[in-house]
Amino acid sequence: MTDATVQTNGARAATERPVREGCALITGASRGIGAATARALAAEGWPVGITYRADREGAEALAHEIETAGGVAVPIAADVCDADAMEAAFERMEADHGSVLVLVNNAGVRDDNLAAQLDDEAWQRVVDTNLTAAFRATRRALRPMIRARWGRIVNVASVVGPRANVGQANYAAAKAGLIGMTKTVAVEVARRGVTVNAVAPGFVETKLTEDVSAETLGVIPARRAGTPEEVAACIRFLASEEASYVTGTTLVVDGGLSA
Amino acid sequence: MTTKATDEAVQKVIFDGLAEVGADPEQINRDATFEELDVDSLDVVELAQIVEDEFGVRLEGDDLKGLETVGQVIDLVVERAQ
Repeated sequence: MTDATVQTNGARAATERPVREGCALITGASRGIGAATARALAAEGWPVGITYRADREGAEALAHEIETAGGVAVPIAADVCDADAMEAAFERMEADHGSVLVLVNNAGVRDDNLAAQLDDEAWQRVVDTNLTAAFRATRRALRPMIRARWGRIVNVASVVGPRANVGQANYAAAKAGLIGMTKTVAVEVARRGVTVNAVAPGFVETKLTEDVSAETLGVIPARRAGTPEEVAACIRFLASEEASYVTGTTLVVDGGLSA
Repeated sequence: MTTKATDEAVQKVIFDGLAEVGADPEQINRDATFEELDVDSLDVVELAQIVEDEFGVRLEGDDLKGLETVGQVIDLVVERAQ
Protein backbone atom coordinates (compact mmCIF):
# COMPACT_ATOMS: atom_id res chain seq x y z
CA MET A 1 0.00 0.00 0.00
CA THR A 2 1.38 3.40 -0.94
CA ASP A 3 1.49 6.41 1.35
CA ALA A 4 -1.03 8.15 -0.87
CA THR A 5 -3.52 5.33 -0.36
CA VAL A 6 -3.07 5.47 3.38
CA GLN A 7 -3.69 9.20 3.41
CA THR A 8 -6.80 8.87 1.28
CA ASN A 9 -8.23 6.23 3.56
CA GLY A 10 -7.32 8.23 6.61
CA ALA A 11 -8.99 11.35 5.29
CA ARG A 12 -12.15 9.50 4.45
CA ALA A 13 -12.32 7.80 7.81
CA ALA A 14 -12.24 11.12 9.61
CA THR A 15 -15.45 12.32 7.99
CA GLU A 16 -17.14 9.02 7.39
CA ARG A 17 -20.75 8.64 8.41
CA PRO A 18 -22.52 5.34 8.82
CA VAL A 19 -23.89 4.09 5.55
CA ARG A 20 -26.91 2.88 7.50
CA GLU A 21 -30.06 4.93 7.74
CA GLY A 22 -30.91 4.74 11.38
CA CYS A 23 -29.86 5.68 14.85
CA ALA A 24 -28.44 4.44 18.13
CA LEU A 25 -30.16 4.22 21.49
CA ILE A 26 -28.14 4.05 24.69
CA THR A 27 -29.91 3.44 27.98
CA GLY A 28 -28.73 5.07 31.19
CA ALA A 29 -26.57 7.44 29.22
CA SER A 30 -26.55 10.63 31.27
CA ARG A 31 -23.17 9.77 32.79
CA GLY A 32 -20.44 7.17 33.11
CA ILE A 33 -20.08 4.40 30.53
CA GLY A 34 -23.38 5.29 28.87
CA ALA A 35 -22.37 8.91 28.34
CA ALA A 36 -18.95 7.94 27.00
CA THR A 37 -20.66 5.50 24.63
CA ALA A 38 -23.09 8.16 23.42
CA ARG A 39 -20.13 10.44 22.64
CA ALA A 40 -18.30 7.65 20.84
CA LEU A 41 -21.27 6.57 18.71
CA ALA A 42 -22.19 10.17 17.90
CA ALA A 43 -18.61 10.67 16.73
CA GLU A 44 -19.16 7.71 14.38
CA GLY A 45 -22.04 9.64 12.89
CA TRP A 46 -24.99 7.95 14.58
CA PRO A 47 -27.81 10.13 15.85
CA VAL A 48 -27.94 9.00 19.49
CA GLY A 49 -30.87 8.68 21.85
CA ILE A 50 -29.75 9.20 25.43
CA THR A 51 -32.17 7.74 27.94
CA TYR A 52 -32.00 8.71 31.60
CA ARG A 53 -34.06 8.09 34.68
CA ALA A 54 -33.34 10.99 37.01
CA ASP A 55 -30.27 12.90 35.81
CA ARG A 56 -31.96 15.25 33.36
CA GLU A 57 -29.27 17.86 33.81
CA GLY A 58 -26.52 15.39 32.91
CA ALA A 59 -28.36 14.09 29.86
CA GLU A 60 -29.11 17.55 28.55
CA ALA A 61 -25.55 18.74 29.09
CA LEU A 62 -24.28 15.67 27.25
CA ALA A 63 -26.70 16.21 24.36
CA HIS A 64 -25.59 19.84 24.12
CA GLU A 65 -21.94 18.77 24.12
CA ILE A 66 -22.55 16.24 21.34
CA GLU A 67 -24.53 18.72 19.25
CA THR A 68 -21.82 21.35 19.69
CA ALA A 69 -19.33 18.83 18.33
CA GLY A 70 -21.51 18.41 15.24
CA GLY A 71 -23.44 15.32 16.28
CA VAL A 72 -27.11 14.63 16.83
CA ALA A 73 -28.31 13.72 20.32
CA VAL A 74 -31.76 13.37 21.85
CA PRO A 75 -32.08 13.25 25.64
CA ILE A 76 -35.11 11.12 26.59
CA ALA A 77 -36.53 10.70 30.09
CA ALA A 78 -37.24 6.97 30.38
CA ASP A 79 -36.76 4.59 33.26
CA VAL A 80 -35.75 1.33 31.58
CA CYS A 81 -38.12 -0.51 33.90
CA ASP A 82 -41.06 1.49 32.52
CA ALA A 83 -42.10 -0.43 29.41
CA ASP A 84 -44.34 2.36 28.10
CA ALA A 85 -41.64 5.00 28.51
CA MET A 86 -39.14 2.82 26.68
CA GLU A 87 -41.60 2.15 23.87
CA ALA A 88 -42.07 5.91 23.57
CA ALA A 89 -38.29 6.36 23.48
CA PHE A 90 -38.01 3.94 20.55
CA GLU A 91 -40.91 5.60 18.74
CA ARG A 92 -39.44 9.04 19.22
CA MET A 93 -36.08 8.01 17.76
CA GLU A 94 -37.74 6.14 14.89
CA ALA A 95 -39.95 9.09 13.99
CA ASP A 96 -37.02 11.47 13.56
CA HIS A 97 -34.04 9.28 12.79
CA GLY A 98 -35.23 5.94 11.42
CA SER A 99 -34.88 2.50 12.95
CA VAL A 100 -32.76 1.96 16.02
CA LEU A 101 -29.94 -0.07 14.48
CA VAL A 102 -27.58 0.15 17.45
CA LEU A 103 -28.91 -0.59 20.92
CA VAL A 104 -26.66 -0.35 23.97
CA ASN A 105 -28.26 -1.77 27.09
CA ASN A 106 -26.22 0.09 29.64
CA ALA A 107 -28.62 1.20 32.40
CA GLY A 108 -27.77 -0.54 35.62
CA VAL A 109 -28.19 -0.34 39.37
CA ARG A 110 -26.60 -1.91 42.44
CA ASP A 111 -28.25 -2.67 45.75
CA ASP A 112 -25.67 -4.64 47.70
CA ASN A 113 -26.08 -6.85 50.70
CA LEU A 114 -24.96 -10.26 51.85
CA ALA A 115 -27.28 -12.89 50.44
CA ALA A 116 -28.43 -13.81 53.93
CA GLN A 117 -29.75 -10.27 54.32
CA LEU A 118 -30.71 -9.38 50.78
CA ASP A 119 -34.41 -8.60 50.69
CA ASP A 120 -36.83 -9.34 47.87
CA GLU A 121 -37.11 -5.71 46.88
CA ALA A 122 -33.35 -5.32 46.39
CA TRP A 123 -33.21 -8.57 44.46
CA GLN A 124 -36.10 -7.67 42.20
CA ARG A 125 -35.03 -4.09 41.50
CA VAL A 126 -31.55 -5.13 40.43
CA VAL A 127 -32.75 -8.03 38.27
CA ASP A 128 -35.52 -5.93 36.71
CA THR A 129 -33.22 -3.04 35.81
CA ASN A 130 -30.09 -4.91 34.78
CA LEU A 131 -31.64 -7.91 33.07
CA THR A 132 -35.38 -7.77 32.38
CA ALA A 133 -35.30 -4.23 31.03
CA ALA A 134 -32.39 -5.14 28.75
CA PHE A 135 -34.38 -8.08 27.41
CA ARG A 136 -37.41 -5.90 26.77
CA ALA A 137 -35.39 -3.30 24.88
CA THR A 138 -33.64 -6.05 22.92
CA ARG A 139 -36.96 -7.61 21.91
CA ARG A 140 -38.26 -4.22 20.81
CA ALA A 141 -35.15 -3.49 18.75
CA LEU A 142 -34.80 -6.85 17.02
CA ARG A 143 -37.57 -6.85 14.45
CA PRO A 144 -36.56 -3.62 12.71
CA MET A 145 -32.94 -4.81 12.79
CA ILE A 146 -33.95 -8.12 11.21
CA ARG A 147 -35.85 -6.20 8.52
CA ALA A 148 -32.83 -3.99 7.92
CA ARG A 149 -30.59 -7.07 7.73
CA TRP A 150 -28.23 -5.14 9.99
CA GLY A 151 -28.15 -4.42 13.68
CA ARG A 152 -25.87 -4.16 16.68
CA ILE A 153 -26.87 -4.85 20.24
CA VAL A 154 -24.30 -4.41 22.98
CA ASN A 155 -25.15 -5.36 26.55
CA VAL A 156 -23.11 -3.87 29.33
CA ALA A 157 -22.51 -6.80 31.66
CA SER A 158 -19.77 -7.02 34.29
CA VAL A 159 -16.91 -9.16 35.46
CA VAL A 160 -19.21 -9.75 38.42
CA GLY A 161 -21.43 -12.63 37.40
CA PRO A 162 -18.87 -14.80 35.72
CA ARG A 163 -16.84 -13.99 38.89
CA ALA A 164 -18.04 -13.84 42.47
CA ASN A 165 -18.30 -10.58 44.37
CA VAL A 166 -19.34 -10.56 48.00
CA GLY A 167 -22.56 -8.64 48.60
CA GLN A 168 -23.74 -8.77 45.02
CA ALA A 169 -25.76 -11.97 44.59
CA ASN A 170 -28.50 -9.96 42.85
CA TYR A 171 -26.13 -8.01 40.62
CA ALA A 172 -24.10 -11.12 39.77
CA ALA A 173 -27.24 -13.06 38.87
CA ALA A 174 -28.51 -10.25 36.64
CA LYS A 175 -25.19 -9.72 34.86
CA ALA A 176 -24.56 -13.44 34.37
CA GLY A 177 -28.10 -13.64 33.02
CA LEU A 178 -27.35 -10.82 30.61
CA ILE A 179 -24.38 -12.74 29.24
CA GLY A 180 -26.54 -15.85 28.81
CA MET A 181 -29.21 -13.85 27.03
CA THR A 182 -26.58 -12.25 24.79
CA LYS A 183 -25.40 -15.63 23.55
CA THR A 184 -28.82 -17.07 22.78
CA VAL A 185 -30.21 -13.98 21.07
CA ALA A 186 -26.99 -13.71 19.06
CA VAL A 187 -27.45 -17.22 17.71
CA GLU A 188 -31.12 -16.65 16.91
CA VAL A 189 -30.51 -13.62 14.68
CA ALA A 190 -26.98 -14.15 13.37
CA ARG A 191 -28.08 -15.03 9.85
CA ARG A 192 -29.77 -11.67 9.47
CA GLY A 193 -26.64 -9.60 9.96
CA VAL A 194 -27.62 -8.66 13.50
CA THR A 195 -24.91 -9.10 16.12
CA VAL A 196 -25.44 -9.28 19.87
CA ASN A 197 -22.48 -8.97 22.20
CA ALA A 198 -21.63 -7.98 25.73
CA VAL A 199 -18.85 -6.04 27.35
CA ALA A 200 -17.81 -6.96 30.86
CA PRO A 201 -16.16 -4.05 32.62
CA GLY A 202 -14.19 -4.54 35.80
CA PHE A 203 -13.66 -1.56 38.09
CA VAL A 204 -14.48 1.57 36.16
CA GLU A 205 -14.55 5.07 37.61
CA THR A 206 -18.26 5.85 37.60
CA LYS A 207 -20.91 6.90 40.04
CA LEU A 208 -21.85 3.22 40.38
CA THR A 209 -18.42 2.42 41.80
CA GLU A 210 -17.61 5.64 43.65
CA ASP A 211 -17.71 3.84 47.01
CA VAL A 212 -15.22 1.15 45.95
CA SER A 213 -12.16 1.42 48.17
CA ALA A 214 -8.66 2.25 47.01
CA GLU A 215 -7.34 -1.11 48.32
CA THR A 216 -9.54 -2.88 45.82
CA LEU A 217 -7.58 -1.28 43.02
CA GLY A 218 -4.43 -3.01 44.26
CA VAL A 219 -5.74 -6.40 43.11
CA ILE A 220 -6.11 -5.20 39.55
CA PRO A 221 -3.05 -6.11 37.45
CA ALA A 222 -3.22 -2.72 35.73
CA ARG A 223 -3.15 -1.11 39.24
CA ARG A 224 -5.85 1.36 38.39
CA ALA A 225 -9.53 1.60 37.64
CA GLY A 226 -10.63 1.80 34.04
CA THR A 227 -12.25 4.84 32.49
CA PRO A 228 -15.70 5.01 30.90
CA GLU A 229 -13.94 5.91 27.64
CA GLU A 230 -11.97 2.66 27.70
CA VAL A 231 -15.21 0.69 27.91
CA ALA A 232 -16.95 2.91 25.34
CA ALA A 233 -14.14 2.22 22.85
CA CYS A 234 -14.95 -1.50 23.05
CA ILE A 235 -18.67 -0.86 22.64
CA ARG A 236 -17.95 1.36 19.68
CA PHE A 237 -15.99 -1.46 18.06
CA LEU A 238 -18.73 -4.03 18.69
CA ALA A 239 -21.25 -1.59 17.19
CA SER A 240 -19.14 -0.99 14.10
CA GLU A 241 -19.30 -2.38 10.59
CA GLU A 242 -15.92 -4.01 11.18
CA ALA A 243 -17.26 -6.19 13.98
CA SER A 244 -19.71 -7.90 11.63
CA TYR A 245 -18.39 -11.42 12.36
CA VAL A 246 -18.24 -10.97 16.13
CA THR A 247 -21.40 -12.15 17.82
CA GLY A 248 -22.43 -13.86 21.03
CA THR A 249 -19.21 -12.92 22.72
CA THR A 250 -18.31 -11.04 25.87
CA LEU A 251 -15.43 -8.61 25.69
CA VAL A 252 -13.86 -8.29 29.12
CA VAL A 253 -12.50 -4.82 29.91
CA ASP A 254 -10.96 -5.12 33.33
CA GLY A 255 -7.24 -4.31 33.33
CA GLY A 256 -6.43 -7.99 33.65
CA LEU A 257 -8.54 -8.59 36.77
CA SER A 258 -10.13 -11.81 35.56
CA ALA A 259 -7.22 -13.00 33.42
CA MET B 1 -49.85 5.78 7.15
CA THR B 2 -50.94 2.20 6.79
CA THR B 3 -52.65 0.37 3.96
CA LYS B 4 -56.24 -0.81 4.37
CA ALA B 5 -56.08 -4.51 5.09
CA THR B 6 -58.36 -5.96 2.45
CA ASP B 7 -57.96 -9.65 1.74
CA GLU B 8 -56.38 -8.81 -1.58
CA ALA B 9 -53.93 -6.26 -0.16
CA VAL B 10 -52.84 -8.55 2.67
CA GLN B 11 -52.32 -11.43 0.28
CA LYS B 12 -50.11 -9.32 -1.94
CA VAL B 13 -47.98 -8.04 0.94
CA ILE B 14 -47.57 -11.52 2.42
CA PHE B 15 -46.77 -13.14 -0.91
CA ASP B 16 -44.17 -10.44 -1.61
CA GLY B 17 -42.84 -10.73 1.93
CA LEU B 18 -42.44 -14.48 1.63
CA ALA B 19 -40.49 -14.04 -1.58
CA GLU B 20 -38.34 -11.44 0.16
CA VAL B 21 -37.40 -13.83 2.96
CA GLY B 22 -36.42 -16.44 0.40
CA ALA B 23 -39.47 -18.54 -0.49
CA ASP B 24 -39.69 -19.73 -4.08
CA PRO B 25 -42.23 -17.35 -5.72
CA GLU B 26 -43.63 -20.13 -7.87
CA GLN B 27 -44.61 -22.16 -4.84
CA ILE B 28 -46.28 -19.35 -2.89
CA ASN B 29 -50.04 -19.71 -2.65
CA ARG B 30 -52.66 -19.66 0.09
CA ASP B 31 -52.56 -23.40 0.66
CA ALA B 32 -48.78 -23.66 0.84
CA THR B 33 -47.39 -24.43 4.30
CA PHE B 34 -44.41 -22.63 5.72
CA GLU B 35 -42.66 -25.94 5.89
CA GLU B 36 -43.16 -26.52 2.16
CA LEU B 37 -41.87 -23.03 1.45
CA ASP B 38 -38.85 -23.61 3.69
CA VAL B 39 -39.83 -20.57 5.74
CA ASP B 40 -38.46 -20.87 9.27
CA SER B 41 -39.42 -19.23 12.54
CA LEU B 42 -37.11 -16.23 12.06
CA ASP B 43 -38.57 -15.68 8.58
CA VAL B 44 -42.03 -15.64 10.16
CA VAL B 45 -40.86 -13.00 12.65
CA GLU B 46 -39.70 -10.89 9.74
CA LEU B 47 -42.98 -11.45 7.93
CA ALA B 48 -44.78 -10.20 11.05
CA GLN B 49 -42.72 -7.00 10.92
CA ILE B 50 -43.55 -6.56 7.23
CA VAL B 51 -47.25 -6.88 8.07
CA GLU B 52 -46.93 -4.40 10.93
CA ASP B 53 -45.13 -1.86 8.76
CA GLU B 54 -47.77 -2.14 6.05
CA PHE B 55 -51.02 -2.53 7.96
CA GLY B 56 -50.23 -1.48 11.52
CA VAL B 57 -51.31 -4.92 12.75
CA ARG B 58 -48.97 -6.20 15.43
CA LEU B 59 -48.50 -9.95 15.58
CA GLU B 60 -46.46 -11.25 18.45
CA GLY B 61 -45.87 -13.99 20.97
CA ASP B 62 -48.20 -16.88 20.35
CA ASP B 63 -50.21 -15.22 17.58
CA LEU B 64 -48.43 -17.10 14.85
CA LYS B 65 -47.85 -20.35 16.67
CA GLY B 66 -49.90 -23.18 15.24
CA LEU B 67 -50.50 -21.43 11.93
CA GLU B 68 -49.30 -23.68 9.16
CA THR B 69 -50.45 -22.24 5.88
CA VAL B 70 -50.01 -18.89 4.20
CA GLY B 71 -53.80 -18.54 3.95
CA GLN B 72 -54.20 -18.85 7.72
CA VAL B 73 -51.83 -15.93 8.26
CA ILE B 74 -53.63 -13.82 5.67
CA ASP B 75 -56.96 -14.53 7.38
CA LEU B 76 -55.53 -13.62 10.79
CA VAL B 77 -54.16 -10.30 9.59
CA VAL B 78 -57.44 -9.37 7.86
CA GLU B 79 -59.38 -10.32 11.00
CA ARG B 80 -57.05 -8.35 13.32
CA ALA B 81 -57.21 -5.29 11.12
CA GLN B 82 -60.99 -5.01 11.51
